[in-house]
Amino acid sequence: MKIHEYQAKQLLSAAGVKVPRNVVAKTPAEAAEGYTKLGGEIAVVKSQIHAGGRGKGTFKQHPDQRGVVLVKSADAAKDHASRMLGSTLVTIQTGSEGKLVSTVLIEEGLKIARELYLGVVVDRESGGPILIASTEGGMDIEVVAHKTPEKILREPFDVEAGLRPFQARNIAYRLGLEGPSIRAAEKMLTQLCKFFIDHDCSMVEINPLVVTAEGDLVVGDAKVAFDDNAMFRHQDLLPFRDLSEEEPMEVQAQASGLSYVKLDGNIGCLVNGAGLAMSTMDIIKYHGGFPANFLDVGGGANVDQVTEAFRIILADPNVKAVLVNIFGGIMKCDTIVTALLTAYDKIGIKVPLVVRLEGTNVDLARKMLAESGKPIIVGTDLTDAAQKAVKSLGA
Amino acid sequence: MSILVDKNTKIICQGITGKSGLFHSQQCRAYAKEHRPGEDVFVGGCTPGKGGTEIDGFPVFNTVEQAVQKTGANCSLIFVPPPFAADAILEAADAGIGLIVCITEGIPVLDMARVKRAMVKSTSRLIGPNCPGIITPGVAKIGIMPGYIHKIGSVGLISKSGTLTYEASWQLGNIGMGQTTAVGIGGDPIIGTTYIELLAMFEADPKTESILMIGEIGGNAEIQAAEYIKSHVTKPVAAFIAGATAPPGKRMGHAGAIISGGSGTAAEKQAALEAAGVVVAQSPADMGTAVKKAIEKRK
Repeated sequence: MKIHEYQAKQLLSAAGVKVPRNVVAKTPAEAAEGYTKLGGEIAVVKSQIHAGGRGKGTFKQHPDQRGVVLVKSADAAKDHASRMLGSTLVTIQTGSEGKLVSTVLIEEGLKIARELYLGVVVDRESGGPILIASTEGGMDIEVVAHKTPEKILREPFDVEAGLRPFQARNIAYRLGLEGPSIRAAEKMLTQLCKFFIDHDCSMVEINPLVVTAEGDLVVGDAKVAFDDNAMFRHQDLLPFRDLSEEEPMEVQAQASGLSYVKLDGNIGCLVNGAGLAMSTMDIIKYHGGFPANFLDVGGGANVDQVTEAFRIILADPNVKAVLVNIFGGIMKCDTIVTALLTAYDKIGIKVPLVVRLEGTNVDLARKMLAESGKPIIVGTDLTDAAQKAVKSLGA
Repeated sequence: MSILVDKNTKIICQGITGKSGLFHSQQCRAYAKEHRPGEDVFVGGCTPGKGGTEIDGFPVFNTVEQAVQKTGANCSLIFVPPPFAADAILEAADAGIGLIVCITEGIPVLDMARVKRAMVKSTSRLIGPNCPGIITPGVAKIGIMPGYIHKIGSVGLISKSGTLTYEASWQLGNIGMGQTTAVGIGGDPIIGTTYIELLAMFEADPKTESILMIGEIGGNAEIQAAEYIKSHVTKPVAAFIAGATAPPGKRMGHAGAIISGGSGTAAEKQAALEAAGVVVAQSPADMGTAVKKAIEKRK
């Protein structure tokens, strides 16, 4: 679960991590009030969406308006906020459809001496959390890692003990910090890693981490995401979820116990198992088609789930054919066909439907399909099914 | 021969009184009965608070420790719900269970980090979580896979995915091949046993003549495996990597199946494996034939 920058800063601040003074605004008037309340000469107005690249991003409705701007008056804050709020921000990470901005964050301007990078993620290799730091703040860290890997500092830390103070100091010195910044870094780094563990985060990224002219360390921008599997013990974080930032069909699928990801193609896929679902997308592409989605109905799909899965796939107007690929293991193929035929009647499928079944009770299931009288195309194996699905588009 | 599972394996199920736990315990017991009639392979289960009872003929114990004392179990199959699964794994390890197979999907990743840390000094081996389990065809099934698609044979199978393992085993069966052992390692970011350890076991197992490795996008375990194969594996290896068409930044069902920052893509994994002499199936329909090709290539 991802959250907004302003929410991340609120949580980080509560955990003792220093963030700039700020005001959250939902209207242009609140933005102006925010500027006045902060009392400084310079403030920053930041559009709040779950995607990066906001500073360089522009709005569909206002092509000259950037997603993040510096302002020097309450009027300017109000002015920019009026163009941001209710408009669609397009950045390199949002795709061409962009994201609607409904909140802006007004922040005090900082006297920036240096910009650094900090991130905390789970490291598969060490099997635990890892702190990542770099002198190259404000840059795309993936680019830094690719072009200058020596500028990426990695410090795995113990999930029980957290980041030890000496580890924090090691990183601080390696980042070239000095004087009062060392103490500030020791505090911030250990708190940040503690925050990561305490909240079951999947990612915390501070980019940039601002070193002020006074040598203090302050969070410039913050991205925080939580482990979906751990939300059961963080009920207090649930209100931070912003459903408007998520693909509506993915949210609906999740509620039905289905795993769905929308893609750009035109062949809908309904599969059991994540690996087989990915492979089904792959084989469609291999035979010249384009998958419209990833969809895993799981191991024990019932009639309701299969019906819901069809509904979700067909709600995508791009879908011109559907490929069902089921390897019945414990789940029997005839059960799947019963669900399939029931769903077929309930939904009224109008696009070509290719079904490939294999596994337990497959002969019975194929017989049921053949006798159903429905124009279902049977694929004998993976290749045949994928080829028939691709071919059905041209028919 | 086989790896991990043999005729001395005695299995219990943690979470045996739950719906899935009981169903799959029954299935595993039935598999053992069919292939090794008269032998006690699946010997009971645990659910705290239900010790002393019996469920469908399985004796139920309160703790793994008690189950081990009474039954001599050396393997545990875990179906405990995600919030309690990490504790269940550690309980099994503490009771001296040698082989722990965790089927549970959806365990918080930091719980697995804690498990990993706690098991550093343990001699127990963990398979999974979020995996279909292990099967040594004709000997024992410890997991949720349909037993009949796994034929007895000479291929060592290692896979991150459940249904894709079934698909591969089925394809192998179609061309007259079977497995020594098939191991589902799980699709989570932190897992108990990864490719390299299993590659080493299959390399050392005299009955295993070739290896099929099924991976997916995310992480770099397949790339490390490729490096290992290059220098340590003499047997023919075939592979398939799922997720070539997956877009970056999107989690494809499995928590571990996500391309982050341009790394963990199918293309880089395929390239690394090919560079190590592995025959990589481009289409998931060709996993079985890829094994055949790998064997012919070595001749």
